[in-house]
Amino acid sequence: MYLENKTLFFDGNLTRFNVSELLHKIEEFKDKEIKFLDLTKVSNIDSAGVAFLDELMILFREHTPHLLNASESVDTTIKMFSSMNITPVVPKEGLNFFTRIGDSLFRWRESIIRGFYLTADIFFWSFVCIFKKKGMRKGSVINQSILIGVDALWIIGLLSFILGLILALQSAAQLRQFGANIFVADLIAISMVREMGPMMTAIIVAGRSGSAIASEIATMKVTEEIDAIRMMALDPIRYIVVPKFLAITICMPLLVTMSTLIGIAGGLIIGITYLDLSAISFINEAINILTFKDVIVGLLKSVFFAWVIVIIGCYYGFSVKGGAEGVGKVTTMSVVASIFWVIVLDAINSIIFYF
Amino acid sequence: MKKPIVEVKDLVAKYGEDTILEDISIDIYPEQVTVIVGGSGCGKTTLIKNIFKLYQPYSGSVRIFGEEITDMDEVEYEQVLKRIGMLFQNGALINSMNLFDNISIPLEQHTNLPLSIIDKIIKVKLNLVNLGDALELNPSELSGGMKKRAALARAIVLDPEILVCDEPSAGLDPLTSASLDELILKLKSLFKMTIIIVSHELASIHRIADRLIFMDNGRVLFTGSLEEAKRSKIPEVETFFRVGKFD
Ligand SMILES: Nc1ncnc2c1ncn2[C@@H]1O[C@H](COP(=O)(O)OP(=O)(O)OP(=O)(O)O)[C@@H](O)[C@H]1O
Ligand SMILES: [Mg+2]
Repeated sequence: MYLENKTLFFDGNLTRFNVSELLHKIEEFKDKEIKFLDLTKVSNIDSAGVAFLDELMILFREHTPHLLNASESVDTTIKMFSSMNITPVVPKEGLNFFTRIGDSLFRWRESIIRGFYLTADIFFWSFVCIFKKKGMRKGSVINQSILIGVDALWIIGLLSFILGLILALQSAAQLRQFGANIFVADLIAISMVREMGPMMTAIIVAGRSGSAIASEIATMKVTEEIDAIRMMALDPIRYIVVPKFLAITICMPLLVTMSTLIGIAGGLIIGITYLDLSAISFINEAINILTFKDVIVGLLKSVFFAWVIVIIGCYYGFSVKGGAEGVGKVTTMSVVASIFWVIVLDAINSIIFYF
Repeated sequence: MKKPIVEVKDLVAKYGEDTILEDISIDIYPEQVTVIVGGSGCGKTTLIKNIFKLYQPYSGSVRIFGEEITDMDEVEYEQVLKRIGMLFQNGALINSMNLFDNISIPLEQHTNLPLSIIDKIIKVKLNLVNLGDALELNPSELSGGMKKRAALARAIVLDPEILVCDEPSAGLDPLTSASLDELILKLKSLFKMTIIIVSHELASIHRIADRLIFMDNGRVLFTGSLEEAKRSKIPEVETFFRVGKFD
């Protein structure tokens, strides 16, 4: 590449392999007056080369340079790949600050209303479907119960056991100093029944089943399966959501009961091995300290958590936008949201019942 | 001419702020094959979804079987939907069920037929689309064209009065595509079905179309019979029939 007589001469190739090099070299001619670009000796050009020429046209636009002596094939390539005649897309005008605030408030309101409608729909149809099976897939409640409940037994059992062990072990060291060994039973029983059982189970179910619900619904939405179900004169809520809702309502209290019992068993083992308690006295103490209210509140709470998990999963699933990457996004959001709300609602519940 | 079975008036459709369809007014007549033609992205799928209320239209009126459906309540509208079958552009089979279960959904939900009858109906419908041996396969195990044919079987399983197909032959080889056209003609003549088809294929349009609706950029350019369309002087329509392409 050299400059002579206001003409820039090129030779050989103008391709993606040497364009960046040429762009560097062009720096030294920046302030020169260039009226022609001579392509006589250019034998090879590709879309990067054409873009390079376009770039030069823009760089030297004060002198409106002309292309000279391009061979026929080079000329055809330039015509095909040139970006000079593409009309630029005008980007949409961004909203100003206040409109954006108003807009997001508006969307908030809208999403809350949508959430309400969805919740009402789910409750209504679940109630109807208890009496009238039509509109649900045959055997789907049992199927879902297995997916949500039975398949989670292992992990929930194991984690509750470990949790019971840890709780007992940590408190045992303290209680021992005061010779209050037996109170480890009170501590484990109360914390498992009132808080740890329901909460642990809810968090695991949110992670396992809440995410599954959100991603299943979102996938069905982006692949038009929801529309297809609708066109078959079926209600997507009734057909897809209600079986999950009923299944989780049945499974959650059972899972929580199991989790609580196993957690207490974990505590019992520490009590026997580390604090020299007898199994009988541990169990007696645990049963005595628990009230009917503790058990009922714990179980009701778990049902409530279950509903929150399903509703949030559905809400995010149905609100998916875009394709496969949208599915991933709403799945993550639904898990975060349902764990968040489980913990917040748990706190509110504690305040109401035990403050 | 008979009264239209689907009447669309001044339909406007939007995605958020973007207006996709503007003031669409069309009539679909019974026992005819109406083909909706138009370039990619001009709004054909959007039109179909708005007509059948998969999306709530922004404004306008849609009458199906003589009844206004835009403000109909859910229960009533489900009765209308039972008389309509739709083949979606990508098939939209339920991925978690095999073909048999997929196709049996409408039968299982809307009829009281015993399993032995359902079984026979499904086998017949799958045979009609040349998928008789794929009964136990999952949608993920089918090719694109097979998915489409299976979805067609599901769309016609209740012998609907209106059948809507979004690009049934796109992605099929010419032979399968021709046999699909034959099937569509048979459905029309045997069962007196009203058929709405979105299609780009000139050959297929020549074979099956009674009426044409020509769309461009969210508007209707032309409606009329196939013969009228061939003689049309509208530049886009003329070009399409000459070279089978859109500009
Ligand atoms: N979910 C959506 N959100 C926003 N815009 C959309 C959405 N779906 C489609 N569009 C827009 O609507 C317009 C019409 O799309 P539509 O799918 O109806 O086209 P089409 O005529 O069916 O095209 P094709 O022949 O390729 O299927 C397009 O410009 C597209 O960008
Ligand atoms: Mg389409």
